[in-house]
Amino acid sequence: MKIAVASGKGGTGKTTVAVNLALSLPSPVQLLDCDVEEPNCHLFLKPEIQREEVVGIPVPEVDPDLCDLCGECGRICQFNAIVSLKTQPLVFPELCHGCGGCRLVCPREAIHEENRPIGDIIFGRREGVDFVQGRLHIGQAMSPPLIRAVKKEAAGGVCIIDCPPGTTCPVITAIRDTDFVVLVTEPTPFGLHDLRLAVDTCRALDLPFGVVINRCDSGDERVVAYCHEEHIPVLLEIADDRRIAEAYSRGEPAVEALPRLRRDFSRLWKKIQHHSTRMKSTVTRG
Amino acid sequence: MKIAITAAGDDLHAPLDPRFGRAARFILYDTESKEYAVVDNEQNLNAPQGAGVQSAEILSRSGAECLLTGHCGPKAFRTLTAAGICVYTGLSGTVADAIRRFESGELGEASGADVEGHWQ
Repeated sequence: MKIAVASGKGGTGKTTVAVNLALSLPSPVQLLDCDVEEPNCHLFLKPEIQREEVVGIPVPEVDPDLCDLCGECGRICQFNAIVSLKTQPLVFPELCHGCGGCRLVCPREAIHEENRPIGDIIFGRREGVDFVQGRLHIGQAMSPPLIRAVKKEAAGGVCIIDCPPGTTCPVITAIRDTDFVVLVTEPTPFGLHDLRLAVDTCRALDLPFGVVINRCDSGDERVVAYCHEEHIPVLLEIADDRRIAEAYSRGEPAVEALPRLRRDFSRLWKKIQHHSTRMKSTVTRG
Repeated sequence: MKIAITAAGDDLHAPLDPRFGRAARFILYDTESKEYAVVDNEQNLNAPQGAGVQSAEILSRSGAECLLTGHCGPKAFRTLTAAGICVYTGLSGTVADAIRRFESGELGEASGADVEGHWQ
């Protein structure tokens, strides 16, 4: 079972929920850090790192002896990563999404692919939690291929995925094909605004989802009212507790600083299981 | 000779658009006939990436031999060079001002991009 922890707004507590949920479940549990532009689960989980792998994407290389300047490669590329003018095609690897279209349409088979490294996958472990982190190389802008590579490591058991914030391509890549999405928000106007976007995203992808309200007593009632109106389950409310913030600042998981929170996260897990099967059957019937 | 000028409007009095890749339009000016045509660049104004590369391709197809603009990034410059288009950067004011400065011969051709890529 794959559970994505996502949010519209950044800084609402995705990592807090993902790490503490992973630590509150019976082992074995996998925790995948798919927020590859700024992965931070490891700061709290403190896993023992076992190995690393480099992930790349295929980018085209043109053989000038075979190319007859027909321009087909440039016409199929939607990303302007290869252009063919009156001369040899020019390749801009940093714009390439690695789709392979140019190689397929080249009538002279003048294009082959080279692997261009974009990031690393780091494997680690701690107390029954198997940890996998994607880390995009500095200066790279193409995170979805790396996120897909991290998700391939899901072993089939319980898997918690810490997602990037927002509702753009990296988020879609991270939450797609999961069994349930936990949307973490805060009770503020910004939290509500971006929660609506995240809800729209989950609905467009037909994914079952529920909401966790972090620092629930710090803002106003509008997030709760919105969830009620939209029949969205509120799975957990985490209090605005200074002790959680202090533990966070020291890089300690909240369930270790406040062991009673384990019960809350275990309850969150039960609710996720309940709603994922219920909502899925609704989707199937619909 | 046909020269292209990045423009925020539809005629020679329009302000020169300082951006190349995401320029609203190109004014294509013929230095012999003194006539001009407008090439729309709306599609690249909103392109998610590679706007400079695509704009350079449009200019290449338009038959322009020179480009007068404000700024030009590295990928656009590489593409323009491959297409055999001379690049002049650092221009401002109106399209007509740029043409006058070009025709007076006071402009020096750019030897490279004058700004960083906007993607990396």
